[in-house]
Amino acid sequence: MTSQPKAPLTRRDRWRNRAIAVTGLVTVWVLLWGTFSWANVLSGLVVAAVLLVVFPLPPVTFAGRIRPVPLLRFVVRFLYDLVVASAQVAWLAVRSKHPQSAIIAVPLRVNTDLNLTLNAEALSLVPGSLILEADRSTGTLYVHVIGIRSLDEVERFRSGVLELEERIVAAVGSAEELSLVRRSVPTGPSGSVDLEGAPT
Amino acid sequence: MMLDAILDTVAGICLIAGALLCLAAGIALIRFPDVLSRMHAAAKPQVLGLLLVLLGCALRLRTGVDITTLVLVGLFQLATAPVAAHMVGRTAYPHDDIRRDLLITDELSDHIDRIRADRAGEPQETSPVHTS
Repeated sequence: MTSQPKAPLTRRDRWRNRAIAVTGLVTVWVLLWGTFSWANVLSGLVVAAVLLVVFPLPPVTFAGRIRPVPLLRFVVRFLYDLVVASAQVAWLAVRSKHPQSAIIAVPLRVNTDLNLTLNAEALSLVPGSLILEADRSTGTLYVHVIGIRSLDEVERFRSGVLELEERIVAAVGSAEELSLVRRSVPTGPSGSVDLEGAPT
Repeated sequence: MMLDAILDTVAGICLIAGALLCLAAGIALIRFPDVLSRMHAAAKPQVLGLLLVLLGCALRLRTGVDITTLVLVGLFQLATAPVAAHMVGRTAYPHDDIRRDLLITDELSDHIDRIRADRAGEPQETSPVHTS
Protein backbone atom coordinates (compact mmCIF):
# COMPACT_ATOMS: atom_id res chain seq x y z
CA MET A 1 0.00 0.00 0.00
CA THR A 2 2.90 2.35 -0.61
CA SER A 3 2.33 3.33 -4.21
CA GLN A 4 0.68 6.61 -3.37
CA PRO A 5 2.66 9.48 -1.92
CA LYS A 6 -0.01 10.60 0.46
CA ALA A 7 -0.16 11.89 3.96
CA PRO A 8 -1.19 9.21 6.45
CA LEU A 9 -4.77 9.30 7.57
CA THR A 10 -5.52 11.50 10.53
CA ARG A 11 -7.23 10.17 13.61
CA ARG A 12 -10.47 11.82 12.58
CA ASP A 13 -10.39 10.28 9.10
CA ARG A 14 -9.82 6.88 10.56
CA TRP A 15 -12.78 7.19 12.92
CA ARG A 16 -14.92 8.40 10.06
CA ASN A 17 -13.93 5.38 7.94
CA ARG A 18 -14.78 3.12 10.87
CA ALA A 19 -18.15 4.78 11.34
CA ILE A 20 -18.97 4.25 7.64
CA ALA A 21 -17.89 0.60 7.86
CA VAL A 22 -19.98 -0.01 10.98
CA THR A 23 -23.04 1.56 9.36
CA GLY A 24 -22.64 -0.67 6.32
CA LEU A 25 -22.12 -3.82 8.37
CA VAL A 26 -25.09 -3.12 10.62
CA THR A 27 -27.27 -2.51 7.55
CA VAL A 28 -26.28 -5.87 6.09
CA TRP A 29 -26.91 -7.54 9.45
CA VAL A 30 -30.40 -6.06 9.76
CA LEU A 31 -31.19 -6.99 6.14
CA LEU A 32 -30.06 -10.55 6.82
CA TRP A 33 -32.47 -10.79 9.73
CA GLY A 34 -35.13 -9.22 7.60
CA THR A 35 -36.84 -7.24 10.34
CA PHE A 36 -35.86 -3.98 11.97
CA SER A 37 -35.69 -4.20 15.75
CA TRP A 38 -33.42 -2.69 18.37
CA ALA A 39 -32.17 -6.14 19.29
CA ASN A 40 -31.02 -6.62 15.70
CA VAL A 41 -29.34 -3.22 15.57
CA LEU A 42 -27.53 -3.74 18.88
CA SER A 43 -26.34 -7.25 18.05
CA GLY A 44 -25.28 -5.90 14.66
CA LEU A 45 -23.21 -3.21 16.35
CA VAL A 46 -21.47 -5.84 18.46
CA VAL A 47 -20.73 -8.04 15.43
CA ALA A 48 -19.48 -5.03 13.44
CA ALA A 49 -17.19 -3.94 16.27
CA VAL A 50 -15.72 -7.43 16.62
CA LEU A 51 -15.23 -7.70 12.83
CA LEU A 52 -13.42 -4.37 12.64
CA VAL A 53 -11.14 -5.30 15.53
CA VAL A 54 -10.30 -8.73 14.13
CA PHE A 55 -10.14 -7.74 10.43
CA PRO A 56 -9.05 -4.09 10.27
CA LEU A 57 -9.88 -2.40 6.98
CA PRO A 58 -7.12 -1.22 4.64
CA PRO A 59 -6.73 2.56 4.77
CA VAL A 60 -8.97 3.66 1.93
CA THR A 61 -9.61 7.36 2.01
CA PHE A 62 -13.07 8.51 1.27
CA ALA A 63 -12.17 12.12 0.67
CA GLY A 64 -15.39 13.45 -0.72
CA ARG A 65 -18.99 13.49 0.26
CA ILE A 66 -22.03 11.87 -1.27
CA ARG A 67 -23.97 14.24 -3.50
CA PRO A 68 -27.50 12.88 -4.02
CA VAL A 69 -28.35 14.38 -7.41
CA PRO A 70 -25.14 13.36 -9.24
CA LEU A 71 -25.40 9.98 -7.51
CA LEU A 72 -28.90 9.52 -8.88
CA ARG A 73 -27.65 10.61 -12.32
CA PHE A 74 -24.89 8.01 -12.10
CA VAL A 75 -27.29 5.24 -11.03
CA VAL A 76 -29.84 6.01 -13.76
CA ARG A 77 -27.17 6.17 -16.45
CA PHE A 78 -25.61 2.96 -15.09
CA LEU A 79 -28.91 1.09 -15.31
CA TYR A 80 -29.43 2.43 -18.83
CA ASP A 81 -25.94 1.27 -19.86
CA LEU A 82 -26.61 -2.08 -18.23
CA VAL A 83 -29.78 -2.68 -20.25
CA VAL A 84 -28.34 -1.46 -23.57
CA ALA A 85 -25.10 -3.37 -23.18
CA SER A 86 -26.86 -6.57 -22.07
CA ALA A 87 -28.95 -6.46 -25.23
CA GLN A 88 -25.86 -5.82 -27.35
CA VAL A 89 -23.92 -8.74 -25.89
CA ALA A 90 -26.96 -11.00 -26.20
CA TRP A 91 -27.21 -9.98 -29.87
CA LEU A 92 -23.50 -10.66 -30.39
CA ALA A 93 -24.04 -14.11 -28.92
CA VAL A 94 -26.72 -15.16 -31.39
CA ARG A 95 -25.14 -13.51 -34.45
CA SER A 96 -23.19 -15.80 -36.69
CA LYS A 97 -19.78 -14.11 -36.87
CA HIS A 98 -17.11 -14.17 -34.18
CA PRO A 99 -17.10 -10.80 -32.45
CA GLN A 100 -13.93 -8.72 -32.55
CA SER A 101 -12.60 -7.11 -29.42
CA ALA A 102 -9.89 -4.79 -28.17
CA ILE A 103 -7.77 -4.26 -25.09
CA ILE A 104 -7.88 -0.58 -24.26
CA ALA A 105 -5.84 1.40 -21.76
CA VAL A 106 -7.76 4.14 -19.98
CA PRO A 107 -5.69 6.45 -17.78
CA LEU A 108 -8.02 7.83 -15.15
CA ARG A 109 -7.52 11.39 -13.97
CA VAL A 110 -8.12 10.82 -10.28
CA ASN A 111 -5.61 8.25 -9.13
CA THR A 112 -6.97 7.05 -5.81
CA ASP A 113 -7.67 3.47 -4.81
CA LEU A 114 -11.33 4.26 -4.25
CA ASN A 115 -11.82 5.89 -7.64
CA LEU A 116 -9.95 3.09 -9.40
CA THR A 117 -12.09 0.48 -7.64
CA LEU A 118 -15.42 2.19 -8.28
CA ASN A 119 -14.63 2.70 -11.96
CA ALA A 120 -13.46 -0.88 -12.34
CA GLU A 121 -16.61 -2.18 -10.64
CA ALA A 122 -18.94 -0.07 -12.72
CA LEU A 123 -17.14 -1.02 -15.93
CA SER A 124 -17.07 -4.69 -15.06
CA LEU A 125 -20.77 -4.81 -14.26
CA VAL A 126 -21.74 -3.43 -17.64
CA PRO A 127 -21.62 -6.22 -20.21
CA GLY A 128 -19.03 -5.94 -22.94
CA SER A 129 -16.21 -4.52 -20.86
CA LEU A 130 -13.94 -6.55 -18.60
CA ILE A 131 -11.06 -5.28 -16.48
CA LEU A 132 -7.87 -7.19 -17.24
CA GLU A 133 -5.41 -5.18 -15.21
CA ALA A 134 -5.38 -2.13 -13.00
CA ASP A 135 -2.16 -0.20 -12.68
CA ARG A 136 -2.12 1.64 -9.38
CA SER A 137 1.08 3.57 -10.02
CA THR A 138 -0.39 5.42 -13.01
CA GLY A 139 -4.07 4.94 -12.23
CA THR A 140 -4.68 3.16 -15.51
CA LEU A 141 -7.35 0.56 -16.21
CA TYR A 142 -6.79 -1.98 -18.97
CA VAL A 143 -10.17 -2.98 -20.32
CA HIS A 144 -11.07 -5.82 -22.65
CA VAL A 145 -14.01 -4.65 -24.74
CA ILE A 146 -16.05 -6.93 -26.94
CA GLY A 147 -17.86 -5.89 -30.09
CA ILE A 148 -15.29 -3.24 -31.08
CA ARG A 149 -14.82 -3.00 -34.84
CA SER A 150 -12.54 -0.03 -35.50
CA LEU A 151 -9.99 2.27 -33.92
CA ASP A 152 -12.65 4.99 -33.92
CA GLU A 153 -14.73 2.92 -31.56
CA VAL A 154 -11.68 2.44 -29.35
CA GLU A 155 -11.41 6.20 -28.88
CA ARG A 156 -15.14 6.49 -28.35
CA PHE A 157 -14.98 3.85 -25.64
CA ARG A 158 -12.05 5.62 -23.97
CA SER A 159 -13.89 8.92 -23.75
CA GLY A 160 -16.96 7.02 -22.57
CA VAL A 161 -14.98 5.68 -19.62
CA LEU A 162 -13.69 9.17 -18.81
CA GLU A 163 -17.29 10.41 -18.77
CA LEU A 164 -18.15 7.55 -16.42
CA GLU A 165 -15.27 8.64 -14.19
CA GLU A 166 -16.64 12.17 -14.18
CA ARG A 167 -20.07 10.92 -13.12
CA ILE A 168 -18.54 8.84 -10.32
CA VAL A 169 -16.34 11.66 -9.06
CA ALA A 170 -19.29 14.06 -9.22
CA ALA A 171 -21.27 11.61 -7.08
CA VAL A 172 -18.74 10.71 -4.38
CA GLY A 173 -15.50 12.62 -5.02
CA SER A 174 -14.02 15.55 -3.14
CA ALA A 175 -14.08 19.11 -4.47
CA GLU A 176 -10.45 19.01 -5.65
CA GLU A 177 -11.00 15.74 -7.49
CA LEU A 178 -14.06 17.15 -9.16
CA SER A 179 -12.25 20.26 -10.36
CA LEU A 180 -9.39 18.07 -11.60
CA VAL A 181 -11.83 16.03 -13.67
CA ARG A 182 -13.72 19.06 -14.93
CA ARG A 183 -10.52 20.83 -15.95
CA SER A 184 -9.43 18.07 -18.29
CA VAL A 185 -12.65 17.48 -20.16
CA PRO A 186 -12.01 14.64 -22.61
CA THR A 187 -12.46 16.72 -25.74
CA GLY A 188 -8.80 17.16 -26.67
CA PRO A 189 -6.86 14.78 -28.87
CA SER A 190 -6.77 11.42 -27.21
CA GLY A 191 -3.12 11.00 -28.17
CA SER A 192 -2.10 13.29 -25.32
CA VAL A 193 -4.17 11.25 -22.90
CA ASP A 194 -2.33 8.20 -24.09
CA LEU A 195 1.07 9.67 -23.37
CA GLU A 196 0.12 10.50 -19.80
CA GLY A 197 -0.54 6.88 -19.07
CA ALA A 198 2.57 5.62 -20.80
CA PRO A 199 5.59 4.77 -18.66
CA THR A 200 8.57 7.08 -19.16
CA MET B 1 -57.72 -8.12 -6.74
CA MET B 2 -56.65 -5.79 -9.51
CA LEU B 3 -53.32 -4.76 -7.97
CA ASP B 4 -52.29 -8.34 -7.33
CA ALA B 5 -52.91 -9.24 -10.94
CA ILE B 6 -50.83 -6.33 -12.18
CA LEU B 7 -47.95 -7.12 -9.82
CA ASP B 8 -48.03 -10.77 -10.82
CA THR B 9 -47.93 -9.84 -14.50
CA VAL B 10 -44.98 -7.50 -14.01
CA ALA B 11 -43.25 -10.19 -11.94
CA GLY B 12 -43.80 -12.69 -14.74
CA ILE B 13 -42.36 -10.34 -17.34
CA CYS B 14 -39.29 -9.70 -15.17
CA LEU B 15 -38.74 -13.43 -14.61
CA ILE B 16 -39.03 -14.26 -18.30
CA ALA B 17 -36.76 -11.39 -19.36
CA GLY B 18 -34.18 -12.43 -16.79
CA ALA B 19 -34.35 -16.05 -17.90
CA LEU B 20 -33.92 -15.02 -21.55
CA LEU B 21 -30.81 -13.01 -20.68
CA CYS B 22 -29.38 -16.05 -18.89
CA LEU B 23 -30.17 -18.13 -21.98
CA ALA B 24 -28.29 -15.60 -24.11
CA ALA B 25 -25.37 -15.90 -21.70
CA GLY B 26 -25.41 -19.66 -22.10
CA ILE B 27 -25.42 -19.41 -25.88
CA ALA B 28 -22.61 -16.87 -25.79
CA LEU B 29 -20.59 -19.14 -23.53
CA ILE B 30 -20.67 -21.84 -26.18
CA ARG B 31 -20.26 -19.67 -29.24
CA PHE B 32 -17.68 -17.05 -28.31
CA PRO B 33 -14.20 -17.82 -29.60
CA ASP B 34 -11.81 -17.31 -26.68
CA VAL B 35 -11.62 -17.20 -22.92
CA LEU B 36 -11.86 -13.43 -22.60
CA SER B 37 -14.95 -13.02 -24.71
CA ARG B 38 -16.47 -15.98 -22.90
CA MET B 39 -15.90 -14.17 -19.63
CA HIS B 40 -18.13 -11.40 -20.94
CA ALA B 41 -20.82 -13.99 -21.43
CA ALA B 42 -20.24 -15.82 -18.18
CA ALA B 43 -20.07 -12.80 -15.91
CA LYS B 44 -22.27 -10.18 -17.45
CA PRO B 45 -25.72 -10.87 -18.83
CA GLN B 46 -26.44 -12.48 -15.50
CA VAL B 47 -26.00 -9.17 -13.74
CA LEU B 48 -29.10 -7.77 -15.37
CA GLY B 49 -30.65 -11.23 -15.72
CA LEU B 50 -30.27 -11.97 -12.04
CA LEU B 51 -31.47 -8.52 -11.03
CA LEU B 52 -34.60 -9.03 -13.13
CA VAL B 53 -35.21 -12.47 -11.65
CA LEU B 54 -34.78 -11.06 -8.14
CA LEU B 55 -37.13 -8.20 -8.93
CA GLY B 56 -39.66 -10.67 -10.27
CA CYS B 57 -39.38 -12.79 -7.11
CA ALA B 58 -39.72 -9.71 -4.90
CA LEU B 59 -42.86 -8.60 -6.73
CA ARG B 60 -44.33 -12.07 -6.43
CA LEU B 61 -43.44 -12.72 -2.78
CA ARG B 62 -44.17 -9.25 -1.38
CA THR B 63 -43.04 -9.95 2.17
CA GLY B 64 -40.49 -7.84 4.00
CA VAL B 65 -38.26 -10.67 5.17
CA ASP B 66 -37.90 -12.17 1.69
CA ILE B 67 -37.32 -8.84 0.01
CA THR B 68 -34.44 -7.89 2.33
CA THR B 69 -32.77 -11.20 1.53
CA LEU B 70 -33.25 -10.64 -2.19
CA VAL B 71 -31.76 -7.14 -1.87
CA LEU B 72 -28.71 -8.66 -0.21
CA VAL B 73 -28.37 -11.30 -2.94
CA GLY B 74 -28.41 -8.53 -5.52
CA LEU B 75 -25.93 -6.35 -3.65
CA PHE B 76 -23.43 -9.14 -3.13
CA GLN B 77 -23.75 -10.22 -6.74
CA LEU B 78 -22.99 -6.68 -7.85
CA ALA B 79 -20.05 -6.46 -5.48
CA THR B 80 -18.47 -9.83 -6.24
CA ALA B 81 -19.08 -10.48 -9.95
CA PRO B 82 -16.47 -7.94 -11.11
CA VAL B 83 -13.86 -9.39 -8.75
CA ALA B 84 -14.37 -12.90 -10.09
CA ALA B 85 -14.30 -11.68 -13.70
CA HIS B 86 -11.15 -9.66 -13.04
CA MET B 87 -9.34 -12.61 -11.46
CA VAL B 88 -10.11 -14.86 -14.41
CA GLY B 89 -9.17 -12.14 -16.89
CA ARG B 90 -5.91 -11.50 -15.12
CA THR B 91 -4.87 -15.14 -15.12
CA ALA B 92 -5.98 -15.62 -18.71
CA TYR B 93 -4.34 -12.58 -20.22
CA PRO B 94 -0.85 -13.37 -21.42
CA HIS B 95 -1.71 -16.78 -22.80
CA ASP B 96 -2.08 -18.34 -26.21
CA ASP B 97 -5.76 -19.05 -25.67
CA ILE B 98 -6.53 -15.48 -26.65
CA ARG B 99 -7.46 -15.04 -30.28
CA ARG B 100 -5.06 -12.25 -31.25
CA ASP B 101 -6.46 -12.14 -34.78
CA LEU B 102 -9.75 -10.88 -33.35
CA LEU B 103 -8.15 -8.11 -31.32
CA ILE B 104 -8.34 -4.64 -32.86
CA THR B 105 -5.67 -3.30 -30.54
CA ASP B 106 -3.81 -4.46 -27.46
CA GLU B 107 -2.62 -1.60 -25.30
CA LEU B 108 -1.73 -3.82 -22.39
CA SER B 109 1.03 -5.96 -23.90
CA ASP B 110 3.68 -3.22 -23.56
CA HIS B 111 2.89 -2.60 -19.92
CA ILE B 112 2.10 -6.00 -18.52
CA ASP B 113 5.62 -6.86 -17.39
CA ARG B 114 6.08 -3.56 -15.58
CA ILE B 115 2.70 -3.81 -13.84
CA ARG B 116 3.30 -7.34 -12.66
CA ALA B 117 6.83 -6.46 -11.53
CA ASP B 118 5.42 -3.52 -9.55
CA ARG B 119 2.88 -5.76 -7.95
CA ALA B 120 5.43 -8.41 -7.04
CA GLY B 121 7.29 -5.66 -5.20
CA GLU B 122 4.30 -5.06 -2.95
CA PRO B 123 4.45 -7.71 -0.28
CA GLN B 124 0.86 -7.33 0.90
CA GLU B 125 -0.67 -8.44 -2.34
CA THR B 126 -0.63 -11.92 -3.72
CA SER B 127 1.04 -11.91 -7.09
CA PRO B 128 -0.77 -13.58 -9.96
CA VAL B 129 0.29 -16.96 -11.18
CA HIS B 130 3.18 -16.65 -13.58
CA THR B 131 3.58 -19.33 -16.15
CA SER B 132 6.43 -18.98 -18.56
